[in-house]
Amino acid sequence: MSALTSAAQDSATMLGREIKHSLRLVRLLIVSAVLVPVVMLLLFDYILGGTIGHGLGEAARGAPYVDFLVPGILMMAVAGGCGPTAINVTMDMTGGFIDRIRTMAVTRGALLAGHVGGSVLRTLVATAAVTGVALLVGFRPKASVTDWFAVVGIVAAFSFALAWLSAAIGLVTKSVAGANGSTLPLSFLLPFLSSTFVPADSMPAGVRWFAANQPFTPVVDSLRALLTGAPVGSTAYLALAWCAAIALAGYLWAQIAFRRGTR
Amino acid sequence: MSALTTQNKGTAVSVNGLRKMYGEKVVLDEVDLTIAEGEVFALLGPNGAGKTTMVRVLSTLIPADAGTATVMGHDLRNDAAAIRAEIGVTGQFSAVDDLLTGEENLALLGRLLHLRATERRARTTELLERFDLVQAARQTPATYSGGMKRRLDLAMTLMGRPRLIFLDEPTTGLDPRSRQTMWQIIRELVRDGVTILLTTQYLDEADHLADRIAVLDHGRIVAEGTPEELKRRIPGAHIRLSFADAASLAEAARDLPEGTRDEQELVLRVPNEGGIRSLRDVLARLGDDVAVEDLSIHTPDLDDVFFAVTGNASQEKS
Repeated sequence: MSALTSAAQDSATMLGREIKHSLRLVRLLIVSAVLVPVVMLLLFDYILGGTIGHGLGEAARGAPYVDFLVPGILMMAVAGGCGPTAINVTMDMTGGFIDRIRTMAVTRGALLAGHVGGSVLRTLVATAAVTGVALLVGFRPKASVTDWFAVVGIVAAFSFALAWLSAAIGLVTKSVAGANGSTLPLSFLLPFLSSTFVPADSMPAGVRWFAANQPFTPVVDSLRALLTGAPVGSTAYLALAWCAAIALAGYLWAQIAFRRGTR
Repeated sequence: MSALTTQNKGTAVSVNGLRKMYGEKVVLDEVDLTIAEGEVFALLGPNGAGKTTMVRVLSTLIPADAGTATVMGHDLRNDAAAIRAEIGVTGQFSAVDDLLTGEENLALLGRLLHLRATERRARTTELLERFDLVQAARQTPATYSGGMKRRLDLAMTLMGRPRLIFLDEPTTGLDPRSRQTMWQIIRELVRDGVTILLTTQYLDEADHLADRIAVLDHGRIVAEGTPEELKRRIPGAHIRLSFADAASLAEAARDLPEGTRDEQELVLRVPNEGGIRSLRDVLARLGDDVAVEDLSIHTPDLDDVFFAVTGNASQEKS
């Protein structure tokens, strides 16, 4: 068997393991990956939405706040996958299982590939579920079929990028609590400091510059443009470029951390 | 196992001048050892002696700082991948996947070993039966006892039919019955011709299972040999005769002048290095009218060896 088919087979095996894990922990994952974004959706739409929607003005393009909000909530659902991914990696690295794998002739990168693949699959399922709930509470997307494909593509690309970053974080943290805490900036702080809930240019000057130029903003903006039928322009390319950069950085960091952590 | 029988077999592990440091601390200090194929080799030592480090180095988990080693004929430094294909490791800490059932754990290992589906299933069934895990096959290890978890762990190690197995403290923390079961399993592995490197802190475990023992203390091998050879190194096999009164003791001491008298305990200790033959001789020389209250035979056990060799080693150091 060639190294390449062997690597593919090992990665598929690890992905299968990760899917089984997710199915075993499905109740926990429904809470963290679906319920949390849904609660955010309801909070922002029903409780804060009146005032925020009123203040949106031009940015809302005449649509109700829920149409502005849902693309941001979808991005939060993607970012919410960081915690579980980092935790799963940390648990593998601190348990005895990784040592067993390392004394076997298993492709080195297969374990992380399985984690990243599992993370992307979980996120796709979670964002689909959140979209379903959003439709029930009045979200009315104006996306064409190709737009929907683009949405899925951006969600998958962003999820893939954050999964590598989370895997690296999971590799360098020593405990499950540490892994969870270290991903909070990704899953919580950065979404708020972007155009998730309000446009970046409505923020105070210092934050505005950061919000306008950090990677979460083009991701949300391109999802929003695609779902509301607005012109997407170059935002989608910027979003994909960010995804590629984050994925590459996360991948390289993870490789270094994996080698160092397993010496 | 005598030197004659090991001579004809190949070498499973050969270690020369192996050294491992953690920062300033020397964990393995110029270790040399050779393990023949088909042999059970026990590394015996207290906590912190370097046993686990030795297993981690030889099983390709961590690199050595100096020295050379070949494992199953492959160089440790340059050919780790070839070694991994031939070894199995059951570490001190459970290496089972807690979210998968026993059966799924074995199947996962089968997949990672690239076994064909039919062989994977056959091997899973076989190992579940052999390790008495059929009932628990569809449960996750969370519901297992310590002994069951350890058996699943070992079954996973055997999935790929390794020719050399590292067992790092395989019975630590197990109850006596699970320990017996584990010993039985290890003896069966030996019958299949597998080479085993076992670490243990239990002297009786090494005595029961091992063909050869190396005593490890502060990262150095302080004694090595078969259990019998090690015991022979410690003098002190004797017959202990105890008496009801001083007169009987004095009388016996006249018949057996080589014995040492203990007037307070009313005991005579007669050296007995020759087993039954010399026992018969001692009894024959003892007068018929001497009233012996009690007789017991003492041979040094590995405890004596262990304390003797590790004691000496620490004296040398300080």
